[in-house]
Amino acid sequence: MSDDIYREIILDHYRNPRNKGKLSNADVSIHDSNPLCGDEIDIHLKIEEEKVKDIKFEGRGCAISQASASMLTEMIMDKPLTTVKDLTKEDVLENIGLMNLGPARIKCALLSLKVLKLGMVRYYADKDPSSAERLTDDSKLY
Amino acid sequence: MQKAALDVSKIRQDFPILRRKINGNKTLVYLDNAATTQKPMSVINAICNYYMNYNSNIHRAVHQLAEEATLEYEKTREKVARFINARSTDEIIFTRNATEAINLISYSWARTNIRKDDKVVLTEIEHHSNIVPWQILSLEKGSILEYVGIDDNGYLNMEDYKRHLQSNKVKLISVSHMSNVLGTIVPVNEIIKMAHDQSVPVLVDGAQSVPHMPVDVQDMDCDFMAFSAHKMLGPTGVGVLYVKREILNEMPPFIGGGDMIKEVHKNETKYNDLPYKFEGGTPNIADVIGFGAAIDYLNKIGMDKVREHEMDVTNYAIEAIAGVKGVSIYGPSNADHRGGVVSFNIGDIHPHDLATIMNDHGIAIRSGHHCAQVLMERLDVAATSRTSFYIYNTKEEVDTFINALDQARRLFRI
Repeated sequence: MSDDIYREIILDHYRNPRNKGKLSNADVSIHDSNPLCGDEIDIHLKIEEEKVKDIKFEGRGCAISQASASMLTEMIMDKPLTTVKDLTKEDVLENIGLMNLGPARIKCALLSLKVLKLGMVRYYADKDPSSAERLTDDSKLY
Repeated sequence: MQKAALDVSKIRQDFPILRRKINGNKTLVYLDNAATTQKPMSVINAICNYYMNYNSNIHRAVHQLAEEATLEYEKTREKVARFINARSTDEIIFTRNATEAINLISYSWARTNIRKDDKVVLTEIEHHSNIVPWQILSLEKGSILEYVGIDDNGYLNMEDYKRHLQSNKVKLISVSHMSNVLGTIVPVNEIIKMAHDQSVPVLVDGAQSVPHMPVDVQDMDCDFMAFSAHKMLGPTGVGVLYVKREILNEMPPFIGGGDMIKEVHKNETKYNDLPYKFEGGTPNIADVIGFGAAIDYLNKIGMDKVREHEMDVTNYAIEAIAGVKGVSIYGPSNADHRGGVVSFNIGDIHPHDLATIMNDHGIAIRSGHHCAQVLMERLDVAATSRTSFYIYNTKEEVDTFINALDQARRLFRI
């Protein structure tokens, strides 16, 4: 029910998003949108020594999509790419505390993860094509 | 003499879905009628009856089932022709939906009549179904798309329209009769008169108007009109294209195949008479028959009364929504100029979040860009929430909705 979804922390990340903005000299920038809602997310990654050196996101959309993106940036900042590659949708839903979303709204919650996964695909496309191929399948979250 | 109002409680009994519970114990409040309407038992029964008793293909076989099916299918065509006051059933073509009806015109009529640098004029309120087919045409033919602007209250800028019309390259005006977002009722009679003075034909997208008010194609004098059965109590999968017969006579076919032919030889085909020439393949027989029952239902009520009831509920809703803190309402404030559609935003609550909260209360509203992203850009909003009403909606349902809206406001601390 809505009272469980629109908790203080979700509204806080919606209204005061962390790591929002552009990133100069990003190594990867990826955009995607949700045609159902029109939610949009861009993720910019700065990668050094196979770690997320910096991450910023831009976007517009509902509280769930934007709060989820904000919380995802905090979740993976400074993390090794191996961790980022292995992130599952369950990890993300648990992190934002929304385990019971319906089929329509779960796409809002997972849009940022989808963009991040597409970012990993792009990053590895040149470096390690076989890894990129496996990641492509991973990016099909819903 | 006092006009009798709609007997809404009696009407509601004809719609079994309105007794449905959402989230356990909340009675459904269905306020998404601009997307699709609910179906009365008579429509559901007509479809069942066809499949149970006379299911067969039409226009060909001689056996009794086929005769009955053909008769019922063609009866709907007569009902549609009378409903919009077409001169003849030859002018009524069944499609899958209003979108396909508009595409039929773009693929058949427009590809024959529109050339490089010719202009198709739309408006900023159009649904994607009345934008994308013309963009596809532009890519293929090098034709040019132009948009008549709206003012901040959602009214069409008629001066802008006149300016567009003055170009001798304008070959078609394609305009929505009623905005599916703002509810604006567009002055199509005036638009058509002005276009015809310049010998420019006009396509009217009637998807939002035909279900909600009396529409007379002869009085309006439109050249083409498209609308959908499912927005007027009928089933999905049935649309209508009305075209003036003299134009239809000159149009090449859209979809080639069975039923649209008279004779087929190895290298040539003689096409069937109107309107069958434009209905290739086995059509959606069951749902066309169901659509006939929907028209009967609306006729029994009377379209004047449908419009009157919707204005009553819409006025009540606009006043109540405007009274909620933090709300902005889009479109004309005068219900004479708008249909039963109210789009709004409240504070920084995204429409999808609002729709989720509404669903907790059993209330179905629409949220998003409503397939009108050109309009969203003009309004400078990403999305809106939309309530839209029909014959079975009550002021009590509006009250339930307002109560939920107020709870959403508090949840988001606005």
